[in-house]
Amino acid sequence: MQKISRDKLIKKASNLLNSGIVRCVLGWKRGEFDYDITPNVFTTEKELIDDFVWNDFCGANLSKYLVSKTQGVDGKILVFLKPCDTYSFNQLLTEHRFDRERAYVIAVPCEGMADINKIKQITNEGISSIEFNEDTLSISTLYNEEPIKIAYDRVLSERCLNCKSKKHVVYDELLGDDGEILESNRFDEVEKIEKMSSEERFEFWQGELSRCIRCNACRDVCPACTCEKCVFDNPESGVENKASANSFEEKLFHIIRAYHVAGRCTDCGECSRVCPQNIPLHLLNRKFIKDINEFYGEFQAGEKIGMRSPLIDYTTDDIEPNEAVNRRDS
Amino acid sequence: MQVNEFKPLIVAFCCNWCSYAGADLAGNNRLSYPADVKIIRVPCSCRVNPMFVLRAFQRGADGVIICGCHPGDCHYTSGNYYTRRRMTLLFSMLDYLGIEKERTRVEWVSAAEGAKFASTMNDFVSKITQLGKNKRLEDLRCKK
Amino acid sequence: MVKFSCEKIDLVFAEIAKTAALYIPSNDKNNKAVFTKWQKGTKLCDSHNTQIGPKDLFFPQTEDLMAFKASNKKIEIIDTRKESEDFVIFGVRACDVKSLEILDRVFLSEPRDSYYAMRREHGIIISLACTRPSEACFCTTFGIAPSEPGADISVWKINNEFFWQANTKRGEELLLKIEHFTTPAEPSEVEGEKQRISVLMKRLPLANLSTNGFGKGKTNELFEREEWAKLSEACLGCGTCTFVCPTCQCYDIKDFNTGNGVIRYRCWDSCMYSDFTKMAHGNNRNTRKERFRQRFMHKLVYFPENNNGLFGCVGCGRCISKCPVSMNIVKVMKKLGGNV
Repeated sequence: MQKISRDKLIKKASNLLNSGIVRCVLGWKRGEFDYDITPNVFTTEKELIDDFVWNDFCGANLSKYLVSKTQGVDGKILVFLKPCDTYSFNQLLTEHRFDRERAYVIAVPCEGMADINKIKQITNEGISSIEFNEDTLSISTLYNEEPIKIAYDRVLSERCLNCKSKKHVVYDELLGDDGEILESNRFDEVEKIEKMSSEERFEFWQGELSRCIRCNACRDVCPACTCEKCVFDNPESGVENKASANSFEEKLFHIIRAYHVAGRCTDCGECSRVCPQNIPLHLLNRKFIKDINEFYGEFQAGEKIGMRSPLIDYTTDDIEPNEAVNRRDS
Repeated sequence: MQVNEFKPLIVAFCCNWCSYAGADLAGNNRLSYPADVKIIRVPCSCRVNPMFVLRAFQRGADGVIICGCHPGDCHYTSGNYYTRRRMTLLFSMLDYLGIEKERTRVEWVSAAEGAKFASTMNDFVSKITQLGKNKRLEDLRCKK
Repeated sequence: MVKFSCEKIDLVFAEIAKTAALYIPSNDKNNKAVFTKWQKGTKLCDSHNTQIGPKDLFFPQTEDLMAFKASNKKIEIIDTRKESEDFVIFGVRACDVKSLEILDRVFLSEPRDSYYAMRREHGIIISLACTRPSEACFCTTFGIAPSEPGADISVWKINNEFFWQANTKRGEELLLKIEHFTTPAEPSEVEGEKQRISVLMKRLPLANLSTNGFGKGKTNELFEREEWAKLSEACLGCGTCTFVCPTCQCYDIKDFNTGNGVIRYRCWDSCMYSDFTKMAHGNNRNTRKERFRQRFMHKLVYFPENNNGLFGCVGCGRCISKCPVSMNIVKVMKKLGGNV
């Protein structure tokens, strides 16, 4: 369960709103159920009290909304950012996607977010309410007399199980205590795939990527994907396609998408969270991150504003492409 | 006589200033390399977008080789250093997706290295011939 | 009506698969239900609706229409159509059965879509009554009874028995094929189950959602409502809702240059995309708000306008569980509708 209470966030936001320091508040809005939360711009204290939520389903990374919401209007926007979201925020600033002065960042400590899909795997469909306790979720369904109690770590989303940092890398104000950068095992899955044979890797990815329906949710949610016009939406590009007609195009789209954010991807994990087909897209991004770390030195996108991405940089003694690929096998 | 001998299609992206001139020199010196290699001249090896490599495979290439000036000798000072990083990550990703790592290669060939150009191509073509047709990155619509 | 015990289901599937390709809801490796081509060992999964409806078996995500080849200043047009194989889909829920009726209105009215019609003629649909609706289900809002799923054959699963009721001639023919596995049953035997489902539907969180305020003639009233701006604020403009929707039927026709000819194909399109229905003059709907509005106005106003009040939504709940930002038709209806 999150340690900071919803009330504390609302109180903070209301104060800033009422004192005129911020024009509006970018936060999470409650939905029909206890888990379907929508990013929302709140403009009054009443709206906040009625609809604002802060719970274990506030996984949505709000930083990308700043690109559109800060445009063409005056005043500051208050934005609540979890530690991983702050990396995206910095990366967007590095790329000059919005004006730092327009955002008022309130850093919210995060205990990790729950994955509703994991919960549904345990409880099945028909969830009527979710109650948040210290270490467990208590889930009532339409089909069970008694609520089902589930320990948090069983339903924590993959990205949170492998959390890289509880530290906010940017903020104007911090609520609660800041955490540390963590030693995570986030590359374990990538290593597992690397250890497979070439055939096995091919089979694995073919199986995963063939499920893609090309809804573009991974791209549209990605804080690193902020091109005005994506190459895959541009009829002039020659590769524009609204559906993956075959397995080549599935690969083309995902390789190029992951490649385009390589060196800029902060590993926030939104792509995998939103994929309606549950494709582990973060494993593509993490492969790039892992390679960059190995070949060009540790690099965490978004750690500081203005960092130079390894792909627009070089040293004269970089590893040769074929050597890099062969080395892993030897 | 072998029946249905596999003739690979190789796309070679060659930079205008070094490798393309190297290919020219190979020709002038009457050095032979297989005609299966189709050269695409690019102003600099760093002009090669990862998408070019994938598109070559889509349109039926069995192997893609990128040739540029030796590191340090780029006509534009640093272009090939960027190529090196880009292709390292791309090749590694293709390998990760289970695409045979032998199908992609980067070689540095200067304008004076006609012999190296020919031998590189000979070697690459023979490796790809052994490997066989590109099946894992093919687009069936593009088959004749 | 006939019945047989659940243990025999694999035998029944094997019998059907002898003469037609059979698709059943089965769990993939992520434990998600998807329509899977049956082969020995394919297990029918439990009571949930599939991730994506059976739409793509009739209207595939991509489909070649024709091909062109140019030689000596002549263009050859190649008909790439192939006759569809006979197929049977088992386990289609009432909402998805209804969704095919909606697709039929689009594709089978003049000018008739021969590609879709061909698959429709070759496909037999066996529905399955819901035993365990999800919290996101709201099919009853659109007058659909999940206890009476319809289609060629209606199926109920009660305790350890399947009850099959043929509704069409094709359904009856299929029942004859599996005759030796079944025993006759009385319609009264499924009455209890129908009752149970109806009661269950009333308990769902979205059971009271109403279509008041939507439908024929509501265009002017709803089009300029200022709430659209707020509702569309979080929308990412991805196509998840449209692609998981069993009734979304928009497509784009594109040419693919193969290097030695051109393939003309169609693929699903989404009104959420910036280049949807893009024409020479540009785009009809330039802002996200306009695109967002289009999708819901189409389902709730324009479609009923043109189809005698039939709504373009079946309440399957897929967009609710799949939207990356949880913005969906229910929230739109509650905000703009006549009652909350």
